[in-house]
Amino acid sequence: MRNSRLRPARWKTAVGLVLTALMLFPVYWMINESLTRDRDMRKTPPNWFPIHGTLEGYRAVLNQQLPYLGTSLFIGLGTVALTVAVAAPAGFALGKLRPRGGGFLSFLLLMAQMIPGIIMAMGFYAVYLNLGLLNGVPGLILADSTIAVPFGTLVFAAFMSGIPEELLQAAKTDGAGQLRTFWSIVLPVSRNAVVTVSLFAFLWAWSDFMFANTLDSGGSAQPITLGIYHYIGNNNQQWNAIMATAVVASVPATVLLVIAQRYVSAGVTAGAVKD
Amino acid sequence: MNPTTQARARTALFARPVRGARGAADTAPRRAPAHRPGARANWAGWAFLAPVTIYLVAFYAYPMYRNVELSLRHYTVRSFVHGGAPFTGLDNYRKVLDDPAFGPALTHTLVFTGVSLLCQFWIGMGLAVFFTRNFRLSATLRALFLVPWLLPLIVSASTWSWMLNSDSGIVNHVLHGLGIAPVDWLTSPTWALASVTIANIWIGIPFNLVMLHSGMQAIPSDIYEAAELDGATAWQRFWKVTFPLLRPVAAITLLLGLVYTLKVFDIIWIMTKGGPAGASATFATWSYQLGFGNLLPEFGPGAAVGNLLVVMALAFGLIYVRVQRKQREAL
Repeated sequence: MRNSRLRPARWKTAVGLVLTALMLFPVYWMINESLTRDRDMRKTPPNWFPIHGTLEGYRAVLNQQLPYLGTSLFIGLGTVALTVAVAAPAGFALGKLRPRGGGFLSFLLLMAQMIPGIIMAMGFYAVYLNLGLLNGVPGLILADSTIAVPFGTLVFAAFMSGIPEELLQAAKTDGAGQLRTFWSIVLPVSRNAVVTVSLFAFLWAWSDFMFANTLDSGGSAQPITLGIYHYIGNNNQQWNAIMATAVVASVPATVLLVIAQRYVSAGVTAGAVKD
Repeated sequence: MNPTTQARARTALFARPVRGARGAADTAPRRAPAHRPGARANWAGWAFLAPVTIYLVAFYAYPMYRNVELSLRHYTVRSFVHGGAPFTGLDNYRKVLDDPAFGPALTHTLVFTGVSLLCQFWIGMGLAVFFTRNFRLSATLRALFLVPWLLPLIVSASTWSWMLNSDSGIVNHVLHGLGIAPVDWLTSPTWALASVTIANIWIGIPFNLVMLHSGMQAIPSDIYEAAELDGATAWQRFWKVTFPLLRPVAAITLLLGLVYTLKVFDIIWIMTKGGPAGASATFATWSYQLGFGNLLPEFGPGAAVGNLLVVMALAFGLIYVRVQRKQREAL
């Protein structure tokens, strides 16, 4: 009985490995091409493995793309700060204080997530043109935060509504006002939600192409997504450098999620407890 | 919204799956049980909501309003900068509807969205069924399946562009090995739409896999055991047990996927810019093309197309909220 159950399981692992390999082939190919020599890029047949591996592409990244990476990092951190600053108090209100009309606001936040980004980009362009915010990092941080604020508010609300009422009551008895309760009790207890929201705000800002291309295409400080885009458009077609940049641009996403996955699932389950 | 796209669209994927059958966007807090806030709590509540309310007005409502205004006036580059564009009512919308590009863009939007959704959903479903069997490494492999969804869209789009390159792309090389003539994936009008759809399906599979998988986890295993005792085959178990019980999650997944796919922009723009000659232009890229893609921008018509897209997305968004609310009440 046991044996007959073991064999098909092993067979399933094999199938799973094949499926995963198929799914991740483009990722493998990106890495493989990033290590390929210039003269082998257009070779037929292409090299399936980086046998003549080279770091030419990565050297190009170091020489040309570092400022872009720095800008992306700055934009990502700025977006995180703005998102948490706006979303956390709102989450406290929606999850705990529940003022009249809060339900409607939650509905608006849900719908806000459905608005296509290009419409926002076009509106921002018109507004920024008059305000003189085009081609600058602050404008881009503001625009990028619109991706994360509705999501962040709803996550905070779900998480904070799970905080035991007794905890808030105790603070009240000790004479703490709402602001103090929020700052010294609710926010520290919601650390997991803060990490979750920050993580996604950062990832989305880091990956944003549309706002950057619309609002910052003439700026002196541009994010890495535009760095890659210029590479493709430049017709120099140094594809190993393009792919190397793509690999580098994917690193933060991967690292953050590997390191912080615990927080992500912790935040998620904690938020779900209440339901 | 995501760079949206699925992503980006990506919105909220991680927060959702783990929540089990009710899944998506369960983030909205439930209405307060019995207690009604007093006037004080009301004031305090809105004080805490003030930043987000101001934020929504300034960075959602106002840009959206500007967009509507753009679509109702005749803007030139001059009047765009200095103001004073004449009000022209629905002229821009009429212009867009009469544009020969309208029909193709509508068709492409429907085909792109429909084919992407169907393929993502059924591939995701197949994988979800497969991953519900416990085997070694199943959790690890399932986590790896998330990678395409996590990559910045510019990374996925440029990788696919290179793989689909006519002369040096790996795809044509493999086809050559199979005795199939090379295909001009991105440069021929026949294949451009198919190419961007394939890339978009690849990006969307993880979302469907995670949603459907978590939905399947919530189906009690004794139902399967009973079905098995009754001699149901795996095929029957899927169609008679899994599929009917999964319907609520499937509906949510499809609706969210629909809203996300309607607004896909980055992938198409990066891979083909909607070309060649509009062969892969959807409403999203056409709108952008009108506003930003030409030397002489047509802000008015661009905004008009964009607003049509908003109406479509919000209509399906409303359906989604209704479905979700109904499911909650049913629980």
